[in-house]
Amino acid sequence: METAEVTRSSETTKVVRQAKKKNMRKLVTISLFTAPALIVYLVYVVYPILSTLSYSFYSWDGTSDKTFIGLDNYVQLFHDAIFWTSLTNNAWVVMTSVFVQIPLGMIMALMLFAPIRGIRLFSSVYFLPFLMSTVAIGLLWVYMFDPINGIINQLINFLGFENVAWLSDENTALIAILLVVVWQFSPFYMILFKAAMVGIGEELYESAEIDGANSWQKFFHITLPLLMPTIVSSSILAIVGSLKAFDIFYIMTGGGPNHATELMGTYMFKQAFINFNMGYASAIAFIMFLIALVVTILIQVVDYNRKKKGAF
Amino acid sequence: MVQSLRKIPLYLIGLVLLVFTGYPFIYMISTSLKDQSTFFERPFAIFTTIEWGNYADVFQMGLTRYFLNSILVSVAAVVAVMLIAALASYPLSRMNFRFNRGLFLLFISGMMLPIHATLIPIFKLSQNMGLYDSLLALLGPYIAFSLPISIFILTQFMQEIPKSLEEAAKIDGCSHFGIFWRIILPMLTPALMTVFIYNFIHLWNEFIFALVLVSSPENMTLPLGLQDFYGEFSVNVPGLMAALTLASLPMLVVYLFSQEKVVKGLTGGAVKG
Repeated sequence: METAEVTRSSETTKVVRQAKKKNMRKLVTISLFTAPALIVYLVYVVYPILSTLSYSFYSWDGTSDKTFIGLDNYVQLFHDAIFWTSLTNNAWVVMTSVFVQIPLGMIMALMLFAPIRGIRLFSSVYFLPFLMSTVAIGLLWVYMFDPINGIINQLINFLGFENVAWLSDENTALIAILLVVVWQFSPFYMILFKAAMVGIGEELYESAEIDGANSWQKFFHITLPLLMPTIVSSSILAIVGSLKAFDIFYIMTGGGPNHATELMGTYMFKQAFINFNMGYASAIAFIMFLIALVVTILIQVVDYNRKKKGAF
Repeated sequence: MVQSLRKIPLYLIGLVLLVFTGYPFIYMISTSLKDQSTFFERPFAIFTTIEWGNYADVFQMGLTRYFLNSILVSVAAVVAVMLIAALASYPLSRMNFRFNRGLFLLFISGMMLPIHATLIPIFKLSQNMGLYDSLLALLGPYIAFSLPISIFILTQFMQEIPKSLEEAAKIDGCSHFGIFWRIILPMLTPALMTVFIYNFIHLWNEFIFALVLVSSPENMTLPLGLQDFYGEFSVNVPGLMAALTLASLPMLVVYLFSQEKVVKGLTGGAVKG
């Protein structure tokens, strides 16, 4: 009786040991496979974010010793009118992305299915802006918007109107850059919508036609509802992308004139690498991180509820 | 007749969009082929003069160096990303373990991350490692920030490879690494192509890390070099347009020859999700 118990328990330990050994080996395998990615990611993404958070509690010029000042940077930021301007401008980029780029992208995609000639040419050219580097786009449009020799003002002159100092006028600079942003990114949404439209079955339109539906009815009752998932995912991409906007604004105006086109990104960059207020810049950077985080979580929650309801 | 009249608005919209998207390119290329006086006198003229001198100027200013730097750092980073991301995606998509989901989320959440949140520490890091103002300084951040989308694309693809394949291999005594190297990796080619195109184009155009981590002209990548030209060429608009045309040319040529692949690569993760 007792011996049997002993053998059984020793067998159990053997099995447990074997299982442990197997688990160990599995753990080693997993670690080896993920280690390179994890190390690079920890060094260049996770650690820097934590450092940014810690820098944001200091007053620091980047070279001499740091002085701990607690939440002072954040308090100052809260009272900084330029920061609020930049936040508002970021919101404008988000709005333009969602309410101009995405609809325009959808119109472009619809054009690719229109019963007209030259579709192949249209689709090739429509996509071109998305291939150009942001820096090149920025510089090209800076010259197109030039107050005197720019082609846009030449056209305005030709039509008999006064020149507009697009990028150096506080009232027009933001609109001018947003136009360029639309130019650059609409093709991207066009491709997303095109891919979704290809998936809509022809028979839906045919049966609608038999029922006597016109083009508008077909669009609003078939195309639009079926594109809803694409609209949602495009909006997510647009919002997240807009929060990160930097290149085109930095190139075209550097946030000027008089902060009219300042974004959180350009303001942070200037505070860090021109004024060497590294602590203050870190506070801005960490706020940018928090906003991105909150938006991401909100989107996930909304998306989860949407999927749970089975809507769309 | 009525049918074709009805199509007029469609053609009109199509043409307006064509001019909107295409004209800036025509303007860029045609201006790059003008001399200074033609540029001022005949702004609307398209391809009436063909003056290659601007291109010669641009090459003399060192554009070749920027090109080589960009190719070098983009290719090196993308190749490293393809390998590292494929390795990490294997256990993430094909093995059950406790932190699987958490690890996956940690990686892909990087897609949402504003680069600015890492900029100052990475700047300090590159100084401390003695890499500041070299192409090597760009390699680390370029790899790290390409990982999220790459892992996202590759795990999605790997999940669809049937498990039975590797079970057979396991019975034959193949290790996990053997399975990865001999079975999974060869099947991954289309997804790796997407990863390559997406990341290459993004890194080719990357600006902010280059702006912060590189300062001397001999280490500049193409976007940074272009911005530098802007200062030098501010009065020579045709010259700058020649530089912009040259900088955009590689992407345009690749696009002309493999439109489908480029479009799929650029929208890779997004179309599926």
